[in-house]
Amino acid sequence: MLFGQANRLSNLSQFLSISVTLVTGIVLIYLAILLGGGNPGAAATALVSGSLSGSYSQAETLIRACPLLLAGLGLAVAFRAGVWNIGAEGQIYMGALAVTALASQLGSLPALFAVPLAFFVAFISGGFWAFIAAFLRTRRGVQEVISTIMLNFLAIQIVSAAVHGPLREPTGQFPYSDTIGTSLILARLVPPTRFHTGVILAMVIALVVWVMLFRTLWGFKVRTVGNSPEAATHSGISIERTIWGAMFVSGGLSGLAGAIELMGVTHILFENFSPGYGYTAIAVALLGGLHPVGIVASGLLFGALQAGASAMQRDAGISEVIVLVVQGIIIFSVALQTARALRKKAALKARAEAEV
Amino acid sequence: MTGFEDFLAGAVRLSAPIILAALGEVIVQRSGVINIGIEGTMLAGAFFGFLVAFQTGNPMLGVFASLGAGVAIGIIFALLTVIQKANQIVVGTGLNIAMLGLTGVLLRGIFEADANLGIQPIGVWNWPILSSFPVLGKAFFSQSALVYVSGAIAIGIWIFLRSRYGLGLRACGSNPEAADAAGVKVDAIRFGAVVFGAALAGLAGAYLSLVQTNTFSENMTSGRGFIALAVVIFGRWSPIGVVAASLIFGIANQAQFWMQARGSSLDFLGITAQVPYQFFLALPYLITLFVLAFFSGKYRGPAAIGKPYVRSS
Repeated sequence: MLFGQANRLSNLSQFLSISVTLVTGIVLIYLAILLGGGNPGAAATALVSGSLSGSYSQAETLIRACPLLLAGLGLAVAFRAGVWNIGAEGQIYMGALAVTALASQLGSLPALFAVPLAFFVAFISGGFWAFIAAFLRTRRGVQEVISTIMLNFLAIQIVSAAVHGPLREPTGQFPYSDTIGTSLILARLVPPTRFHTGVILAMVIALVVWVMLFRTLWGFKVRTVGNSPEAATHSGISIERTIWGAMFVSGGLSGLAGAIELMGVTHILFENFSPGYGYTAIAVALLGGLHPVGIVASGLLFGALQAGASAMQRDAGISEVIVLVVQGIIIFSVALQTARALRKKAALKARAEAEV
Repeated sequence: MTGFEDFLAGAVRLSAPIILAALGEVIVQRSGVINIGIEGTMLAGAFFGFLVAFQTGNPMLGVFASLGAGVAIGIIFALLTVIQKANQIVVGTGLNIAMLGLTGVLLRGIFEADANLGIQPIGVWNWPILSSFPVLGKAFFSQSALVYVSGAIAIGIWIFLRSRYGLGLRACGSNPEAADAAGVKVDAIRFGAVVFGAALAGLAGAYLSLVQTNTFSENMTSGRGFIALAVVIFGRWSPIGVVAASLIFGIANQAQFWMQARGSSLDFLGITAQVPYQFFLALPYLITLFVLAFFSGKYRGPAAIGKPYVRSS
């Protein structure tokens, strides 16, 4: 009874503080647009029409949500294990690179084999890239925050070298790869929009991640290591192996995000292939409460924001990087919520102990 | 030897912004806080320094704007993490993302496009006699005033950490409970440390846009803030160590430019290898990873690092 009330109360206050942060965010962005010499009204119209009105805009929202929620799911797995994987960006690049590198071999297979094989290769590639940071953390004591960021820069340079060198398109004129084979291209379901099968797959993967995190022993281990490493050690869970596994899956999901973006949207690999999806995914994972259902919702929200921001840049002349300011504000507000909730929990615990 | 002298002078120039940012972070981390938002703070410092220098035509005013931007961001970070006890890694990440966006929007809004607008950069200041010393004269005595300032700050921090006040700050980082019991105001000291560190990160940004170049471009820090974080570890949280580690990075980075300029084909024992230029661009990050892998290990820095201090009573 009491618990129910407390829960409802905390839900209400959480709702209130999220609203306050959102309103503050909107006011700040309004000011930033004015300062930048733009017209906020036109910007807002472009933002909404670019993300929600008409099937083309709606499809744009969905295809942009796809890599965000996949990478966001991956980050949630790492964050839940207590590992601050900031490296989704690099893992996305490595996933897309692996598929592009094998595109000529895979492309000659029928789609039934080529597509799953491509996903597998991308998962391994992204997973391996994240595993480097996990290994460096458990064996060499390297903070993963720094190592994953360094690995991002490395991955971006590797892709750049690849598309300027061995993977350059056959005429050798432009620094991008050849178009991947038709059997690797994910079908577009509602032409002429760019809505592709990868979006549906991403939703299925969200369900799989939910099962893995909350219905398997592996998920229990991951969450225990993240919540309380001491408790994990006491109950005989290997922290090292759990962190390795969580990071491999985390990077694997981002690798998959890269593969699906390549196979569903761009069909070629190039420099700046990802417009910061891996960093946006941090905000997606945190806003989604590190829970697959929440991440699907926040992934859709950010997909809409990005689709709308592109329209805003085109129609209202406001740089789409403004979305990054929104992301930052959301990250701050989620960090504040979490801290407040933790303090409330600690205070309740202290009171309970005092009463005993 | 002039080629070698120029090489060393260039290495010092490249290490200066990393020295400034890393020195600030030494104070922050010694007080028990980790601010990974210094990348974004540097970027904001570079932008606002350039903006003010461009509008007023006075690069020294730009330097103060960079400092001001750093202080403002430091106050935000400290309010969120030290006072509200929010997760430092999460807030730092948010800061980096938000500053990349803010500087990008303002750059395109105020200067129309990625303008190639230049300002008069802050010039070098030659020390009489000393600057004409062979080998090291040019590297250490023919630099911009900001380089001398960073040297002075390094010495100042070295003395400070050994003083009574420095002891209090270090206690906040190694054992905040004991510091609190001894009457040290842990949160106040951490707040001050964060603001000081962010101010230096802002100054590091000023070095990038007002000394090293004379313009601002989007994401111009390109990871230098993170390299500074690695340098803090490599330098073992000591100001002298940090300066030495940054200089090593500066030399490696200068070598990278030098090799890039020599061309991408390397002749070694009769074998000619084509090295893509991306290899040289990736080198600083690769070196950082290797340095971290081999120097993180045993000594993990201040014990209470990253943990908000909450009184248990």
